[in-house]
Order: sequence, then structure tokens, then C-alpha cells
Amino acid sequence: MAMTRKQKRLALIASAGAVLTVAAGLILFALSDKIVFFYTPGDIAKQNIAAGSRVRIGGLVENGSVIRDASMNVTFRVTDTETSLTVHYKGLLPDLFREGQGVVAEGVYQGNSDVLADTVLAKHDENYMPKDVADALKKKGVWQGGKGQ
Amino acid sequence: MSVELGHFALIMAFATALIQTLLPMWGAVARDPALAGMARYSAFVTFGLVLIAYLALTMAYIGSDFSVANVAMNSHSTKPLIYKISGVWSNHEGSMLLWVMILVLFAALVALRGGGMPERLLASVLSVQGAIACAFLLFIILTSNPFARLSDVPFDGQGLNPILEDPGLAIHPPMLYLGYVGFSIAFSFAVGALVHGRIDAVWARFVRPWTLLAWIFLTLGIAMGSYWAYYELGWGGWWFWDPVENASLMPWLMGTALLHSTVVMEKRDALKVWTILLSILTFSLSLLGTFLVRSGVITSVHSFASDPARGIFILGILTLFIGGGLALFAWRAPSLKQGGLFAPISREGALVVNNLFLATSAVAVLVGTLYPLVLETLNGSKISVGAPYFNLTAVPLFVCLLILVPFGQSLAWKRGDLVGVGQRLLAAFGLAIVAMMVTFALTRGGPVAAPLGLGLGVWLIAGSATDVITRCYRRGLHWKVVVERAFGLPRSAWGTALAHAGMGITVIGISATAWGVESLAVVAKHEPLIVGPYTVSLEQAFKRKGEGFREDVAQFSVTEGAVARGLIESSKRIHTGREMPTTEAGIVTYGFGQLYASVNEILPDGRVSIRFYWKPLVTLIWGGAIVMALGGALSLADRRARIALSAKNKRALSMKAEAKA
Repeated sequence: MAMTRKQKRLALIASAGAVLTVAAGLILFALSDKIVFFYTPGDIAKQNIAAGSRVRIGGLVENGSVIRDASMNVTFRVTDTETSLTVHYKGLLPDLFREGQGVVAEGVYQGNSDVLADTVLAKHDENYMPKDVADALKKKGVWQGGKGQ
Repeated sequence: MSVELGHFALIMAFATALIQTLLPMWGAVARDPALAGMARYSAFVTFGLVLIAYLALTMAYIGSDFSVANVAMNSHSTKPLIYKISGVWSNHEGSMLLWVMILVLFAALVALRGGGMPERLLASVLSVQGAIACAFLLFIILTSNPFARLSDVPFDGQGLNPILEDPGLAIHPPMLYLGYVGFSIAFSFAVGALVHGRIDAVWARFVRPWTLLAWIFLTLGIAMGSYWAYYELGWGGWWFWDPVENASLMPWLMGTALLHSTVVMEKRDALKVWTILLSILTFSLSLLGTFLVRSGVITSVHSFASDPARGIFILGILTLFIGGGLALFAWRAPSLKQGGLFAPISREGALVVNNLFLATSAVAVLVGTLYPLVLETLNGSKISVGAPYFNLTAVPLFVCLLILVPFGQSLAWKRGDLVGVGQRLLAAFGLAIVAMMVTFALTRGGPVAAPLGLGLGVWLIAGSATDVITRCYRRGLHWKVVVERAFGLPRSAWGTALAHAGMGITVIGISATAWGVESLAVVAKHEPLIVGPYTVSLEQAFKRKGEGFREDVAQFSVTEGAVARGLIESSKRIHTGREMPTTEAGIVTYGFGQLYASVNEILPDGRVSIRFYWKPLVTLIWGGAIVMALGGALSLADRRARIALSAKNKRALSMKAEAKA
């Protein structure tokens, strides 16, 4: 059975429509479900984040707050200079992780200003600070300014 | 002095690029052959001038001329020559200069090889190339001058960022740019065709080699970047869905679609308007990538500076070319003659499906990459879109595409026989299922995705083999005839098979990451640590001084069962000068897998805190990309011969005509 010109065109449009619909559905679902919001410790305190939600937090590593144990568990406090919260993490910290420096941690919020992180990011080199952290610190007015920022 | 010469040459290049933009386009529209003929010469001159500028900067680097701000900030007199030469593009200004140089190089190559092209098409193509060059030259001259001098000349330079001090720097950026910028040719051809108002199979034959060339380099560039991040950053990952990585992946996806649609256009004179649109979109995504990386809207290792003036300038260029290209498309495309239609079940139909999936997955990546920027602009909330998003959108679309690939590859043009193709692919399908079952049985209790992915990889490889075999082998043929037929197959057929098999190899490598093992521990001397099939034990931890750095080294011996498999060492390095720490991962390859060591800290008591990975089959990820590029090269070799031949024929014909006159 030979298809007419119109039928061929229809087949083309229908298959394109099907793929696009599925793709759009996937994208919308993923955007509503798989994205992670960024907060400063202050936001967490103010916004009443539900325990169990996935968060990304950024700020400075509080001086003197880093505690390591023998089995590579690390606990440190992240502060925006007013409020701070505790981050628990197991694993290697990035090369440029330092007290008093900018950091971003991603993980699950446990409630009570406690975050169980599975990813910790620090700056890539001496000029680089995670943009979110820099912006948050600028807002707080404690930004010291780095080259190229 | 030569620095000023370079700066002057750059400004002159802007002037000649302006000539290259205006006169040939006027000539093409007004049908004035003399003006149209200016295109080639101005393209050569522009290239020459940019080359002079580029060499002047390189000379300043080689001669360690620290009166040039760019050199002082990114080089050091003691650096080895390779890092002086590649240091040129280790920074924003220099890498933009490299970008433009590759752009005008492509234009000059088109001018050189364009003998057989219709004069008006060539003129408008080179004119558009000239316009892009103009925009970016102006960008460099006004916002990112690499030739700026310092009034206080420092005694020595600040050196290179240690992360960049690596052979990867010499290879990755030029490769990636050859790919990114190479797609500008397809864009220029598309605009040329829209201006010209004519588009046919000949157009596709001219565009395809350039697209293929750009695709080969982009494939290698992405793979190289991925491997570099894998061994340099010390995190053991090879893809992070970082916006900068996505910036290179999007043009790759769209460019792959373009590559396939030009085949349809060349062979069947169909999908014309769509191919034009794809050409515009592919380069638009390259420009978008340049914008994302260079403007500082996202921060990463690749964003050297975030000067808002630069961002706005590139955004302007982006709007001009994407907007202009699409507007021209909307205006002129309806006047283009539509190509022929075809049965849905046919090679053409399959390639449409390929285009559909590739373009949609590019859109999925685009949405995920831009959504955080959009959301922040709209309501200020900050989000991150990471692997979970992409694994749910782009990845399933791509997997669907890969499942269909062997069918498409085996379908006939015009009207295909799906049942026949199914029968031919039965063996390949069986092989994939067996591979899946066997690995599933062997790794029982392990991740389910890995055997499935491995089966998909085998399916792609076996499907490609089936395509080649059915083309050369029939029952009853003498083996000599079969070999002859195999040699007689067009190189592009081999190229297709090789590229698809390469994709299969990469898929196997990616799937196998699910079997990876990670061991995190603090170990004392000679304390054994099990990592997958291997046992490692700390032999010694010591301090070492190297050129430009000091490091804490941890050295481990590796045994497999009772067999010693050598040493592996990883170190924590402090680079003198910048006092910047980096982790040097230790990587040893066993078969196709790699043992990966990343030291965290050497404790005062001599114990070492370390992370080990065993990554089975991981090298296949990049090996597959190399096979894909080889397939592309084979296909390109085929084309080049044909086009050179057709140009020669044409010349011979015109000579005959002259002789007659």
C-alpha cells in the first residue's frame, strides 16, 4: 500500500509530535523534581525548609569549626557571618577547602540547622569563589573582593 | 616592537574583514563578478593579518616579554617551551585570539578549496565568515586586548595556573575550537544559500566535508577535555554536567544531527529547509557556548574573567548572528524549493528520527543549562541543575536513539523493508541479548543498568558489523570476492560503521562505570586495602621537590591475588609561586580498566588518608570517541577525493570550452 504525499507528511508530523511531547514531559517533570535550591545559612533559618529536602548551601567555613575523625568523617560549620549551620560529610575535601574560605555543600537537610552533605565544593583557584557564595556574601556586605570577581 | 606590530595587524584584520563582509555580499546581490571576486583575496589577507597578530603574541610568550600584561600574568621565564606556546590560549584574551584565528583559517581554506563552487555562493559564504570575524575582532580590540603593555615591567611572570600546566592544555582548547568554530562554515553556507535563494544536493556536497571536519575535532576535543578533567581534578569523574561541558555537548548533538541531515540532502535532495535550519542552530549553540564560557555568567575553571562589558558584547554578537540568521531563515526559507518526500520506513525516515532525537536531547541539555540563569533573573532564586535532571531527560532520549541506530543504518533509501532489516539484524540482536544475559549472570546482585548498557553497546557494534557484512557477503560467494567487495565498499560506508561502533564502545565504557568500586580509608604502612580485584598496600610516604612544586607522595604496591602488578603513586602538590595545592592522581591502566588513586592527606604519624577507585573498562569511553573520530576521518577521505575530482572535472571542462572558443 503506497502512502500518499499527505499521509507521508502526517506520519512525519505525528512521530515528531510524539517525541517532542515525551521530551517536553520529561523536561517538565525533571525541572520540578530534580533541581536543587541554593540557600545561605540565614535562608535556612528563616525559610522553614522541610527536613529531608535536598539543598545546596553556601557560605564561609567558620574558623575553628572543622572536626575530622579517624574514619574520614568531617564536620564543619558554614556561616554567612550571622547565622551558621553544621555540615556532616564523609570523604575527601577539595584541595582548596580552608577555614574562612568560601564553600558550597550539597546534601540532605536534616532539620535543626544540620546538613548531611554528599558533595563539597571549594574554589578552583585563588581567584575563583563559587558564584552563589560570592553573591550571598556581597548581599551581606562582607565581601572582600577578589581579582576578577 | 613585534607586539605593536601584532596589535596593528589585528586592527588591520578588522578592516580587511569588513571589506570581506561588505564588497562580496554586494557583488553577490548585484551580480557583480568583480566585487564577488574580492571575497577570496580578502579572506586570504584577513587570515594573514590575524596570523601575524597571533604569531606576535606567541613570540612575546616565547621570548618572555613581561612588558605585555597578558604574558606577565600567564607565563614565567622558566616554563618549558610547550607551556609558553600553549600559554597563549590559557587566558581569556589569548583564547579569543585563537578562536578568531581558527575562524579566519576556515574562511581561507574555503576560499582556497572553493574553486568549483558557484561564484555567488562562495562570495556570500565568505562574506558571512567575514562578518563573524569582524564582530569577534572588534570584541578583542575593544574589550580583550592581548597586546596591552604594562608600565611597570615585572621582573618575572606570575606563571600559569597549575591546573592548566598540562599537555591537555596544548591539545584540548585548539581541538575544541576547531570544532566549535568549524560549524561557522555550515552557518555561512546556510546564510549564503538563503541569500542566494538556491539550495540543492550540490550545496550539501560542499557543506558536508566542513561539517564533518568540525564534528571530528569537536568529538576529540570533548573527549580530551573529559579525560583531562578525569585525571587532573582528582575526583575520578569524567563528566559532571557542568554548564561548560554542556556548552560543548549541545553543538555536538546538533552538529551530529546536521551531519546526518546533509547526507539525506546530498543523496536524496530532501530535508533541505530543515538542514538549513540545523546549520544555523548548530553554530548558534557554538556561539552560545562561547557566551556561557567567556561572559562569566557561570563560574568555573574555564571562565577566566567576568567583566560585564565583555558579557554584554558577546551577548550582542550572539543576538546579532542567531537573531539575524533565524530572521533571514523565516523570511527566505518559504521561497526555497521543498525537497522530495519519502516513505516513513526508509533510510531518510530513519535519519529524520535520528535528527528528531538528537535535536530534542540538545534542547533538553539547553533547558537544563539555561534554566538556573533564567530562574535567577526572574525571581532571584538560585538552583542547581545536575546529573539527576540530565539522566532523566537527555539520557533516555539518547538511549532511544541508539536502540534505533542499527535499523536506520541497514534500511534502504527511498523505501525500506523493515522486516528484511529485522531478519538481517537478528544475529546482532541475539549477540546483544547474550552479552546482556552473561554479564547479568556474572555480576548478579550488581547494578542492573550496567548489563543493559553493555548490551546496547554490543548491539551498536554488532549492528554496524552486520551492515558491512551484508554489503560484502552473500551465501555462495568466494571469499576472494568477499574481500574484494569489502575493499570496494565506499570509504564513507566504512566510516559510518566505524563511527557507530565507536559510539557503542563509548556506551560500554559508560555502562561499566556502574561496576566501579570506591575505597576510602586511612591506612598505615603495609596495611592492605582491597579495591575491586586488586589489593593495594602503602609502601612509603615521603616528601619530594620537583620543578616549580613540592609534594607529599604516597606510594602503594598493587597485587592481584598473589601476583604483583607494580606501583601506583599519588601526591599532594603545592605549586611554588602561587602556593596553590593540587592533587596529582595516580592512574594505572590494567586491560581497559584503570586503578585510580587520589591522596587526601599524609598524616604526621605517617599514615595516609587516601581514596582508591577501580574503574573497569573506563578507557573505552575515550577510546570509543577516538574510533568515532576515525570513522569521521574515513568518511571525510572519501568525500575529499570526490570533491577534488569534481573540481578537476570542472576545470577540465572549462579548459575544453576555452580551447573550442
